[in-house]
Amino acid sequence: MRLPASLAALLLILPAATAAEIRPGRDFLSPELRALQEDEARHPGMLWVEQGEEVWRRTPALDKPSCAGCHGDAAGTMRGVATRYPMVDRASGRLLNLELRIEQCRMERQGQPAFGYESPELLALTAYIAYQSRSLPMTVRIDGAAAPFFDAGRAFFHERQGQLNLACSQCHDDNAGRRLRGDVISNGVGTGFPAYRLEWNAVGSLHRRLRACSLGVRAVQFDYGSPDYLNLELYLAWRARGLPMEAPAVRR
Amino acid sequence: MFNARVTMKPEAAKGEIVEIRTVARHPMERGNYPDAAGRMVPRMIIHSFRATYGGEEIFRMELGPGVSANPYIAFTTVATETGDIVLEWTDDSGFTLTRTLRLTVAG
Repeated sequence: MRLPASLAALLLILPAATAAEIRPGRDFLSPELRALQEDEARHPGMLWVEQGEEVWRRTPALDKPSCAGCHGDAAGTMRGVATRYPMVDRASGRLLNLELRIEQCRMERQGQPAFGYESPELLALTAYIAYQSRSLPMTVRIDGAAAPFFDAGRAFFHERQGQLNLACSQCHDDNAGRRLRGDVISNGVGTGFPAYRLEWNAVGSLHRRLRACSLGVRAVQFDYGSPDYLNLELYLAWRARGLPMEAPAVRR
Repeated sequence: MFNARVTMKPEAAKGEIVEIRTVARHPMERGNYPDAAGRMVPRMIIHSFRATYGGEEIFRMELGPGVSANPYIAFTTVATETGDIVLEWTDDSGFTLTRTLRLTVAG
């Protein structure tokens, strides 16, 4: 009866090893970086959060409201908001992430020119708003109008691309937790972004990180805010459902 | 954008050791490598940091080009009497960023 017993043991182990458990980004950090991320007095990303608070309170023009003018105290009104993005904009039917929603608000309600993706002000404001959801679980919607965007994002994640002919899933599902050169491969959830990345010496957006991923497999780098990355962002956010927001996180 | 965050508890008992923790936002360009166009990136670093407490110097530090961007500096002082702690970061442009914190000492 030895063989069936070991087979049964194998069957018990296999599902755990193959059905990937998605772990938050902080689980893949070194103890030192995790400590840095959790210590706000030392976390350089908090400089961006503080700048974001300034932008939040700043009146853009004489007759236009500041962010705070409509939304009030971000600690209350913006709590949990970032966990629901990307989401479909009801009026336009477009998929918007937090950055694009801020830009929409700035152009339509404040009547100002867009900050521009990856501009210091937009990064700071996004970090500030995302910070209000820190440690809250991700809860994006993928049904209804979001379904086609989600399907496209999931297909993108599993599609081989670039000269190296690699799909996102081959690293972030199949080899998560193993080392790739000097770093540990994470599950590739975007819950830490905008994040302070040591390689950048600065806070950057998820799309900047995705562009680095695309470059890594020598694939096409899509533009900031491109539909391809937005769809992928929705899939990544769904993949991270229930995991805590870490933004602004510290990443290598 | 040259900026800083400082963390310190605002009140302390006389004789208590108080920790002051700072992060400055600065690129700390070390000045020995070319940019994409082949031009040398000029050195631009915070080269000195100084702290005074009630006008008296309590901490000074010289920073070199090997210090990382957005440097974190932490130090301690002994609470003697209520007064201002003034922090100054000076970079290669000659600009000095100043932050003043009030330390209230009881007893």
